[in-house]
Order: sequence, then structure tokens, then C-alpha cells
Amino acid sequence: MAEPMLKIRGLEAWYGESHVLHGVSLDIHEGEVITLLGRNGAGKTSTLRAIMGLTGRRAGSILFEGKEMIGLRPDLIARSGIAYCPEERGIFASLDVTENLLLPPAVRPGGLSVDEIYTLFPNLKERALSPGTKLSGGEQQMLAIGRILRTGAKLLLLDEPSEGLAPVIVQQIGRTIRELKSRGFTVLLVEQNFRFAQTVADRHYVMEHGEVKATVTNAELATSLDRLHEYLAV
Amino acid sequence: MDEIFGIPAPLLFGQLLLGLINGAFYALLSLGLAVIFGMLNVINFTHGAQFMLGAFVAWAMLNFLGLGYWWALLLAPIVVGLFGVLLERTMISKLYKLDHLYGLLLTFGVGLIIEGLVRNEFGSSGLPYRIPPELSGAWDLGFMFMPVYRGWVVIVALVACIATWLVIERTRIGSYLRAATENPALVQAFGINVPRMMTLTYGAGVALAAFAGVLAAPIYSVNPQMGSNLIIIVFAVVVIGGMGSILGSVLTGFGLGIVEGLTKVFYPEASATVIFVVMAIVLLLRPAGLFGRA
Repeated sequence: MAEPMLKIRGLEAWYGESHVLHGVSLDIHEGEVITLLGRNGAGKTSTLRAIMGLTGRRAGSILFEGKEMIGLRPDLIARSGIAYCPEERGIFASLDVTENLLLPPAVRPGGLSVDEIYTLFPNLKERALSPGTKLSGGEQQMLAIGRILRTGAKLLLLDEPSEGLAPVIVQQIGRTIRELKSRGFTVLLVEQNFRFAQTVADRHYVMEHGEVKATVTNAELATSLDRLHEYLAV
Repeated sequence: MDEIFGIPAPLLFGQLLLGLINGAFYALLSLGLAVIFGMLNVINFTHGAQFMLGAFVAWAMLNFLGLGYWWALLLAPIVVGLFGVLLERTMISKLYKLDHLYGLLLTFGVGLIIEGLVRNEFGSSGLPYRIPPELSGAWDLGFMFMPVYRGWVVIVALVACIATWLVIERTRIGSYLRAATENPALVQAFGINVPRMMTLTYGAGVALAAFAGVLAAPIYSVNPQMGSNLIIIVFAVVVIGGMGSILGSVLTGFGLGIVEGLTKVFYPEASATVIFVVMAIVLLLRPAGLFGRA
């Protein structure tokens, strides 16, 4: 098998004095959709933030396409071709929808055009001139995902895109993720909702207390639920 | 049109014009402060000293290099802006992780040092700076004589304020700036070099102060205290307009200049304090300022 696109070994991270990741290791191959499952506070969001360099001190190794990311500033990590969509969505209130969409600079050729993004998310086109935060929760989520597709980054880190959304919108987000996979994007998804995760992912890493406790393929997930229950029970 | 409300018209219009001119400087300076505060979260107390440096650099260019007003208007903001870049890189940027108060104390101290050094070198009596010949003389407006240079200051200040506003509200760079004001970490995670943006924003805000200093040189005498006298009022303007609001600082700057001018006509005793009275009232009724978001 080829070298993983993202190869994380012994990743540790801190927020000030608080030690949030204790040696996370995971591999993501190009074209895969991977989820990080686990309860609140298990370290899923911290893992994404640590990959982007948004935590405090980090240690260990994050190889992206063979290049070490651990010492880089967030903007240089993004420029290497990783795009991040935060849990709180990060839509800017002082920017309209178009400005929000055009904000992340292109880091590589081959990103989606604005028209393609509007085809994926027709709602956004109608709201192009609205202030970003006047959108509904679902529209904000589409905008948050849409704007990182323009940049040409091929690895997307999505933090709980289904959170707090109506089931019909969650289904639309699910379709979008499958569509992105078919277009060759690689996705690392944080989820609490493993039913949703099951519909989009190839493989799951289960986290607890800042560590990876188990890894299961999507096919194994249903039969492993008993074993994983202690990590996933809500 | 000899009298308005029992006030001789030339007096009224004269004070209105003076108010408008002071307002132009309030607007330019508070605009720079607002831009810097929005992006860096630092209240730049060096602003007055940087305004004064603009005037002194203009004076020095004329007397040591023979470069006149127009060159000064172009070059002094660049020179002082670069000094601002240096200050941000070597000192202010080290304080971002601490409380705002440290940035305030640092910039206050640097301002005092600059003022002291200039006073040591040039004395405190003030140096003359002539109005450029192209802008000397006065227009007869029928109801009053309008010195050309004063009209020029008001127009240029307005143009500079509108240009700054357009850059911030209507350009790509401006959208980066607005976004980084809201959430710098996320903007950086999109691949934008936010630390460099902060440096350049500080440099631009300082350059704007120096630009105002060059404009002021022929009106006020060029002296080390010219900035600290003005900056106290400008901080009141910023508080009234709302910290960090671009449009608010411009409108409030011009508005309060006019209020001050009118007070000089109708109740001269209060003219030195009227802005602070307005500030107290605004703080009581709208603590976030007239244009600030609470």
C-alpha cells in the first residue's frame, strides 16, 4: 500500500498547562473518508486543531504528503494543502456570503470554482449578498464547507458538520461528503453521531481521553458496537 | 446675512471652519486608532507621538534635504510607518498574548520617550513650517474668507478617510482584515499570514497619523507636544464613536470638531471641555459608543 497521505505518530498537544492529546497515531490514505468517533472531551476536536497548529504546544509527528507539519505555523500548514472547517463553523459576521466564500486563498490549482460550489449548495447562491451570520444553521454549514473547496486543498478536516442540524440537512451534508469523496477529496471527519458517520466513512478511529482506543472499518462497525459501547455511549 | 442667532456671521462661519479642521484631524487620528485596535487589540498610545513625528519629519526634510511639502506628504508617512513596523515587530508583537493593558502601557511609554527625545533635540518652543505657495492665499466665499490651505486640509482628510473605508469594506485585503478582526486564528488556518497582516496594519495606522502630522505642520507650529495635546481629545472621540468602528470614528471626529467650534461661538467657556462632557453622557447612555457593537 502507498504511503498514507496523512501519517500521525505520537501526537501530543497542550492548551497552556492542560495536556489534551496523549500520543495520537493515525493514517489516512488519499481518497479515504475517516471519522474520529468518541464522546465529548475525548480529544477529537483537539486532534483536528492540533493538525492545523491551533492548539498550544505540540509534540510528535504529523507527516502530510511526506512533509513534517509539527513545527509549522497554521497559515503554512494550510498552504501545504490542508483545509479546516471548525465546529463553530467560523462564518464571519462582517463579511457577506460571497466574501466568506472567497476568503480562504487558493493554495493549489484544482479547487472547485464558485459556480461548482453554488451547484453543490444552491441555497448559497440565493443568499450571496446576505451577511454571513444571517444564514440558517444549515446554510452556514454549507458555506463553511463550500468555502474550503475553492482552495485546492485535497485534505479536508471537518469538525461535526452534522451538529445541531435538521435530519434533512444532515442527509444533504452526507450526500455532499460522498460527492466530495467521488471527486477525489480526502476527508477527516469528527463525529459524535455514529449513525451519520456510518453513512459516509470508510473507517473509524475511536477516541477516549486524548488517545485512539480502537480502529474499525465501516463494515465492522455494526458488529463492533458492543465492544465500542463504553467509548461511544451517550 | 450679517447675524445668525445674534452672532456675527463671519465669527460663526470662522469657528465652524476651525471646528471642521480640528474635526478633520480628529477623524484621521481616530481612524488610525480604530484600525489598529480592531486588528491588534492594542490601544496605540504612541499615536500622538507618531502624528508629531510626521510633522517633524516634514520639517527635517525641508531644512536638511530641501524636500518641500509635497515630498513630505508622500515620504513622511512612509518613513514614520516603517518606524511603526519596526516597533510592532520588535516590541508590540511580544505582548499580544498578554492583557490589552500591557500594550497600552508599552505604547504610552514609547510615546513619552519619543516626545522627550524630540524635545531634547529641537526644544519645545515650536518650529515654523510654511504653507506651500500653491496652497497659500484665501478664497472669498462671499460671506467669509476661506484660507486655501484650510479647505485643502478638510478635503484631503475626507478623501483619506473615504479611501481607507473603501479599502476596508470593498477590497479583498479589507475582507481579510475584517475577518481577522473577528477570528484571527481561523483566518490564519485558512493560509493567511496573520502576524504579517498585523504588522502591516499597524504600519498603515501609524502612516495615517504621520500623514495627519504633515497636514498639520503648516497650521499648528511644529512642536514636541502637538501630538499629546491632540491625542487626549482623539481618545475621547474614539470612546464616543465606539472602539474599533471605522465609520464611527470618522463621523464622530468631524462631528465633534464642529460641536467644539460651535461651543466656542455660543459658550466659549465650555469649549475646552465640551467633548469630555459629550463623552461622559455617551458612556452613561451607550457604553459601547455611538457606533460600537455592544
